[in-house]
Amino acid sequence: MPVQEESVQHRSVQSGSVASRPREQWTGQWGFILSAIGSAVGLGNIWRFPGVAYENGGGAFLIPYLIALVTAGIPILFLDYAIGHRFRGSAPTAFRRLGGTAGKWLESLGWFQVWICVFIAIYYAAVVAWAASYFMFSFDLRWGDDTAGFFTGEFLQATAPGFSAQFVPAVLIPLVLVWVVVLVVLGGGIAKGIQRANVVFLPLLVVAFLILVVRALFLDGAMAGLDALFTPDWAALGNPNVWIAAYSQIFFSLSIAFGIMITYSSYRSRRANVTAPALVVAFANSSFEIIAGIGVFATLGYFAFQQGVGINELEGLTGVGLSFITFPAIVSQMPGGPLFGALFFGSLVLAGFTSLLSILQVVSSAFQDKFGISARQAAVRVGSVLAVVSVLLFSTTTGLFTLDTVDQWANNIGIVAAAIAATIVVVWVFRKGPELAAHLNAVSTFKVGRVWQLLIGILTPIALFFMLIQRIIVLVTDGYEGYPLWFLAVAGWGTIALILTGSIVMTAMRWKHDPDDFTPWPSATALKDLTK
Amino acid sequence: MSGIALTFFIVAAVLVWGGLIASIVFLARQPQLATYPATAELGDDE
Repeated sequence: MPVQEESVQHRSVQSGSVASRPREQWTGQWGFILSAIGSAVGLGNIWRFPGVAYENGGGAFLIPYLIALVTAGIPILFLDYAIGHRFRGSAPTAFRRLGGTAGKWLESLGWFQVWICVFIAIYYAAVVAWAASYFMFSFDLRWGDDTAGFFTGEFLQATAPGFSAQFVPAVLIPLVLVWVVVLVVLGGGIAKGIQRANVVFLPLLVVAFLILVVRALFLDGAMAGLDALFTPDWAALGNPNVWIAAYSQIFFSLSIAFGIMITYSSYRSRRANVTAPALVVAFANSSFEIIAGIGVFATLGYFAFQQGVGINELEGLTGVGLSFITFPAIVSQMPGGPLFGALFFGSLVLAGFTSLLSILQVVSSAFQDKFGISARQAAVRVGSVLAVVSVLLFSTTTGLFTLDTVDQWANNIGIVAAAIAATIVVVWVFRKGPELAAHLNAVSTFKVGRVWQLLIGILTPIALFFMLIQRIIVLVTDGYEGYPLWFLAVAGWGTIALILTGSIVMTAMRWKHDPDDFTPWPSATALKDLTK
Repeated sequence: MSGIALTFFIVAAVLVWGGLIASIVFLARQPQLATYPATAELGDDE
């Protein structure tokens, strides 16, 4: 029976934490929302969305994109939040509790997500370090006229796919600095570390990027760029690959299904509104993507105008190529280029840094729960190991190739497989859809019903399955970027093997505090009463 | 910018940025529930 909030009885016998200390919390609703947006808005919003939209139908891409947002992005975000909030723990803890007595093995799915985050974190830090270096290079346009040659040659000193022990100081030093800063923030915990960083960095990112966009809109050729981005190619809607691209973009952009949102929502208070903030996070993420699309394509329009070519003749419209080769070339030609470059790379650093924090918090939180250590201890012990591995792999002359390959496999195979497993296990094996829906409705102002359960149980796994199969076929038949097969086997498939092995090993290890000594709130009985 | 491109820009802006504004307004008006399920198990971290 519902009661007034003021009359809820309090009994300090169940903290909901596997550690002996009470679970940390965000200081309020907006602290959590800003941090969740900071996580979702990352490098992919700036360097992936604009190019993907352009290459997949332009304005017409917005139709599958919005459908994907509503039918997969927001529903999976709700699912992550529901799992984290109801079972109040890191991904392994939450999945173990969700599984109950018969499903303790489900902890391994949580560790699978944690290991994905380990691999993503160690290369993501390197990209943030590159962006930080380019932020400095912007002031004297150090990349010169040959931006591609500068990036792969002078800066990264990239040789060939493999594993080199030859370090590149220009990458190593900023990478070490990134790790020092990120681990200091992580050691501060949720409220004093992650939330405080996001409250400062996210508004700074929005302001910096808006200045960049406004400047870009007044460049010659900017409108032609926007024309290219927003003009619909209706034929694209009949292409299944365009729909897969839309679901992929939404999926990778929202930071869903690899533990981040489970972890973040586990730090919310028991009576926190869960679904309404999720809507704010989802729409804020897409809003930033639209802004990024405008900024990037207005700038590309200027570049095409300067070159006397059409947008369709430009190369390097997404990812690393867009950011570290195409954009520097544009900045060099632009009046006030150094400031524009500083705004762009500064935005990349801010967006990447807040996302990196959230990825590492998944790892930190899992180790805190399992071994009963503090945030500071996790930052020092676990974070320093990751930092060393990151430096060893990604600050050498082969770092670019390793990064590219690990990124491809961890995201397109690892995260998508984890998401399929999570939706099937939660909805079909353990039949937790009704309980999680009732939980969301018991604490939230935006209600969910059977449609949500159908979306996470049927439509999303099907869409993700097609994404996974398509990618596996491409990687197996075509390889990747012309890299040698042995290298793809080690850095690509080897990454997946290590993630799988790591999740089994970590599941087998002993807990410091019993994670099963936990009672969800509201109780299953209370939820049944509410749904009658 | 052509008419069709401008139309799609406006539609995107209205749906996405409008969605953001609507969700913020919705949350501001209803930040939390008025009532919650009865419980004797609410921990010290509620």
